[in-house]
Amino acid sequence: MSYAIEAEDLRKTFTGKREVKALKGVSFRVEEGTVFGLLGPNGSGKTTAVRVLTTILKPDSGTARVLGHDVTKKGALVRSLIGLAGQYAAVDENLTGRENLVMVGRLNHLDRSVVTQRATELLSQFNLVDAGDRPLKTYSGGMRRRLDLAAALVARPTVLFLDEPTTGLDPQSRNDLWEVIEQLVEGGTSVLLTTQYLEEADRLAKTLVVLDQGRVIAEGTPGELKANLGATVLEVGLNTVDEAGRTGQLLAALGSHQPVVSGTLVEVTVDDGAQAAMAGLRSLDEARIRPVTFTLREPSLDDVFIALTGHKSEEEKEAESAADNARRKNRRRSDERELAEHLPFSEGPQLAEEALGGSGSSSTGDNQ
Amino acid sequence: MTTAITAPTVSGAAHSNNPVEQLRWGISDTWTITKRNLLAVTRIPESLFFSTVQPIMFVLLFRYVFGGAIHTDAKSYVNYLMPGIFVQTVAFGATYTAIGLSEDLQKGIIERFRALPMSRSAVLTGRTVADLIRNIFVVIVMTIVGFLVGFRPSTGVLAYLAGAAIILLFGYALSWGMAVIGLFAPNSETAQVMTFPLIFPFTFASAAFVPIASMPSWLQGFATYQPVSVTVAACRALMIGGPAQTWVIQSLIWAGVMLVVFVPLARYKYRTRT
Repeated sequence: MSYAIEAEDLRKTFTGKREVKALKGVSFRVEEGTVFGLLGPNGSGKTTAVRVLTTILKPDSGTARVLGHDVTKKGALVRSLIGLAGQYAAVDENLTGRENLVMVGRLNHLDRSVVTQRATELLSQFNLVDAGDRPLKTYSGGMRRRLDLAAALVARPTVLFLDEPTTGLDPQSRNDLWEVIEQLVEGGTSVLLTTQYLEEADRLAKTLVVLDQGRVIAEGTPGELKANLGATVLEVGLNTVDEAGRTGQLLAALGSHQPVVSGTLVEVTVDDGAQAAMAGLRSLDEARIRPVTFTLREPSLDDVFIALTGHKSEEEKEAESAADNARRKNRRRSDERELAEHLPFSEGPQLAEEALGGSGSSSTGDNQ
Repeated sequence: MTTAITAPTVSGAAHSNNPVEQLRWGISDTWTITKRNLLAVTRIPESLFFSTVQPIMFVLLFRYVFGGAIHTDAKSYVNYLMPGIFVQTVAFGATYTAIGLSEDLQKGIIERFRALPMSRSAVLTGRTVADLIRNIFVVIVMTIVGFLVGFRPSTGVLAYLAGAAIILLFGYALSWGMAVIGLFAPNSETAQVMTFPLIFPFTFASAAFVPIASMPSWLQGFATYQPVSVTVAACRALMIGGPAQTWVIQSLIWAGVMLVVFVPLARYKYRTRT
């Protein structure tokens, strides 16, 4: 078996105002021609791992190889084989889309004629032909992200690193990007993808590891991870903390893990969503508890964390510096506005009860 | 373990160990980055304004408002003024190196450059060379503006060009100093705040606008020998006449010292900045 990427016991500590142990011994292998997911919340060490593997950052210890070449000893060679696209959409705002692609192509040491042709090809492939000769300042968040990915592909890299490629994108743009990534892998590219979304890792990755505070806390296929966890989360909101406690006890029988009660909200991971919803509503009705909300949803990364570690992910416990955060927020502001317009409305209790044919008493939803 | 790389798609020169090839690509990378930075200048109206309209305002201000109150040895104040304006303009313009570089770091484009098989020093050299080219343009514009308000250099074309070359060399050396600031600053706003208090005293406590003899004695020592004054004096001598040699030598020494200190420092900071 040959590997596109191998990481062995990577360690990195940032010194500065406060010491941050970003990587505390991270190891994994990525098979050639597959998508590998690096899953974790902010500050878990995903970006640091990508920066080490792309030769941007030197690890304190441990080895990393890309297509068999050591990233610290053969940095120049590795850089000629990889492509990197990031959550920051690292493209030049003052240049046009085409100028950005040509610049990156030239810096990849491709001949001018090759670069010109390749830029045209990528612009049409990424649906940016009309915008190709406009400065990036006029691009939307989704277009910018597409161009960033196109720039990473100019030199047809064998190994592609995507650092949170869809964070902040609307669902349509996210789907489009997923399709592009799938096509690339069909063509033989190996992809390492970092993400905060379980759904994304599930859709794309053949294998994945879950990082928490610089350590690998789980690895396997998405299927294995989900089997471990339960496929669906049943979330019930109640009027009082007391009711929430009682609901937690009632629903304990349904789940593969203990229900999590936080305030007036009860969450339980279940294997069969529809069955669990019916049973749940029935037992609530018998106990004369009226839920405020009643929702079935896909497990989130936080659910994975609770299942794996017993604690919520420590958001913003940053390995990357505070400046990094500010940069990310700046970049996302426009994306978020876009995202808000596409948010699906949450399913209220009525919906669930209608589906059950009115077997429960009608609830007083707060989302009318 | 080595892996056969299927379909070698990169042109092959990217990781060449041949020094001639490396030099060729180093120059090509520097030029690519230079072009990128020059395009940015043309696309940001504020920066064009800053590098042309602002110095023109200074010319008009000193020529027609303050000039009458300033007494110099030169026959006309405008002849005395223009070399000072040239040096002030390139000094103010150099702050763009600091701001632009820290902006690039902040926005993540340097992150992309670092993962590319390009020459690493091209990012810094391309930035400073772009500033040099912008300065050439600005000096030409300012020469024309000077002529329009009565500036009459009297030493001939070659001496004038030599004066311009001294200014450009000084500006280039200063750009490397500004690059160091840009690399140390956590963000572009801080870079801007850091550069101004440095540039301001060097430009105004100098021979650029007023004779040093008119300053208090405690200031005269600094004002006489600091790089802006020395460069202004060299330039003035070359453009409107006077003994030039000592000033030219001192200006060249200043530029040399700045390059020897700032170039390695900037390159070191670029390599090690995480």
